[in-house]
Amino acid sequence: MATLSTRPRLAELPPEQRRAIWGRRIRRGTVYALATLIALWILAPIWLVATMAFSTPGDVRSYPKQFAPVPFSTETMEFFIEAEGIVDSTLNSIAVAIITMVLATVIATPAGYAISRYLFVGRDAVRLGILSVRAFPIVILAVPLAIIFIDLGMYDSIYSLALLHTALVLPTSVLVIASVFATVSYELEEAAKVFGCTPAEAFFRVVLPLALPGIAASGIFAFVTSWNEVFAAVLLTLTNRTLPAQILFSLDKSGDPFKFAGAFFMLVPSMIFIFFIRRYLFNMWGQVSK
Amino acid sequence: MARIVVENAVKRFGDFMAVNDVSLTVDDQEFVVLLGPSGCGKTTLLRAIAGLGIVDSGRILIGSRDVTYLPPRDRAISMVFQSYAIFPHMKVFDNIAFGLKMQKAPKSLIKERVQRAAELLHIENLLERYPGQMSGGQRQRVAVARAIAVEAQVLLMDEPLSNLDALLRLEMRAELKSLLATLNATTIYVTHDQIEAMSMGDRIAVMNSGRILQYDHPTRVYDQPLEQFVGGFIGNPPMNFLQARVVENGAAAQIGDFRLSVPPEMVVPLRSYDGAEVLLGIRAENMEALSQPASDALQVSVKVVEPLGSQNLLTIPVGTELIKVATHPDFESAPGQDLWIRFPARKIRWMDRKTGRAISPSVEAMQAALAS
Repeated sequence: MATLSTRPRLAELPPEQRRAIWGRRIRRGTVYALATLIALWILAPIWLVATMAFSTPGDVRSYPKQFAPVPFSTETMEFFIEAEGIVDSTLNSIAVAIITMVLATVIATPAGYAISRYLFVGRDAVRLGILSVRAFPIVILAVPLAIIFIDLGMYDSIYSLALLHTALVLPTSVLVIASVFATVSYELEEAAKVFGCTPAEAFFRVVLPLALPGIAASGIFAFVTSWNEVFAAVLLTLTNRTLPAQILFSLDKSGDPFKFAGAFFMLVPSMIFIFFIRRYLFNMWGQVSK
Repeated sequence: MARIVVENAVKRFGDFMAVNDVSLTVDDQEFVVLLGPSGCGKTTLLRAIAGLGIVDSGRILIGSRDVTYLPPRDRAISMVFQSYAIFPHMKVFDNIAFGLKMQKAPKSLIKERVQRAAELLHIENLLERYPGQMSGGQRQRVAVARAIAVEAQVLLMDEPLSNLDALLRLEMRAELKSLLATLNATTIYVTHDQIEAMSMGDRIAVMNSGRILQYDHPTRVYDQPLEQFVGGFIGNPPMNFLQARVVENGAAAQIGDFRLSVPPEMVVPLRSYDGAEVLLGIRAENMEALSQPASDALQVSVKVVEPLGSQNLLTIPVGTELIKVATHPDFESAPGQDLWIRFPARKIRWMDRKTGRAISPSVEAMQAALAS
């Protein structure tokens, strides 16, 4: 608000007013400074990784590191993509992530709807149960599951990994989707029923279309979570590695260009997806969106 | 024919009695207003009639069909919601057409009905717009158009004007009234606004604490409230209630030093209160303020004068209570000034102080008075 035109008048103001204005400027400045600092903390590594991924392998190995990809080169990325197992594991990762996304959405949509709309016996217990799955470390889930999958002959399969990933993302998916349904006014559903809909028709014609963007966001979240998950992937697969498992497997055998290119390759889907779903994540955390 | 009958409806929410043994009959094509303060059960009753909430006991009949447990879509009703509940993902045309589409009406009929409903509400130019781009008043019109497009015999309205600003509400009130008069639908209209109820309804059902206290034509509800609550809820300012002691074996009432004679039809009913206090209810505009002493007028002193343009509203202490007296705007008065107030006997509602119910006049005395 302090534009040039108001500045001369500031001096004419009584001291009490001047102090108040300065106090507000300092507070606002502090908030912006802190926000900038936090943003840099997150963005600097990403920038470094991206810079390295598009520099020549020679530049990547040299010190000190450069701050911009000059000269620009796709050689490092090409080297990474052509490395052994990367294409196969990428395809595996995509398959696992898509199965996880579909399963999680199909299960979480009715669950989220029930939690947001109906007062049923044991609703709070169900909510707590859903959250408590989150409380178990993935180690506790993955090791017994590996044994069970071996017994069932499902070990080293991308489908069993997708099942575990679905279990991992479900709590969050259910809560996100429940919060999305909560934003769709119940009166809309009642209006649909008054004007001739069965409860199912009211859901599919009115509630679902309105909740669809949020449900899609939750699906994307499931995709990204599965894409990034490494621990269970390493534990449950041997030959059918997903991308993070493959990268982890070859990490100690490869040089800096491979690592930076791999890091960038892993990063991109998450960055894109987070950009699209950020509004719904804010919603879930009870902040005012927009 | 769509007569609506509610028989002994009861609806509880936990320990709270939202609707407490309510019976109500709305005649075919009648416009009935459910009026009451928030939490009085009016919306719960409307939702039970709509099928959006099922009564715990009692019956609901539409036409001659028992619909108590039927879902809304099988009740052949239409409704306007308080928040309008317009579907934000559909264009105005599809919103208005929604009910007809669900009935699988032929395309040509849908088009014709939507067009007509839109014309009645003056929103023909909005049909291709989405609700998100519209003002509250326009959304309200879409909600009404959607409700009338299905041409149901029963139209339910849940505080349809309460989200509009005051000026728009005034405009829509008259428009809605003239529109509904052309529709031949049996209408139940819920509101907490007593002016809306007075101005629109054929009959008003005044509700409080889950019960219907009085169900009658607006002027009767206004002039002859059956209960103190009704007199106090309807009218602006509300009806005044003064404490008076019945004396002379029912023939007179004493307010302080002032003695008021009781009209003949009230003498017998008031006889049983002889020596006890009753409430004397009278509306602000029914009292006569005089600037000169008169033997049949109570002497008072003015506390506040509020010029309202069409009238002056005086606040006057009587005993421990404050009463409001409306005078002609030319009547001169100032705070602290002495005045004399005359109470026209026929305009007084006598009420039992304990039950808050009106004391009914004796029928024989009224007939005798009419005959003479």
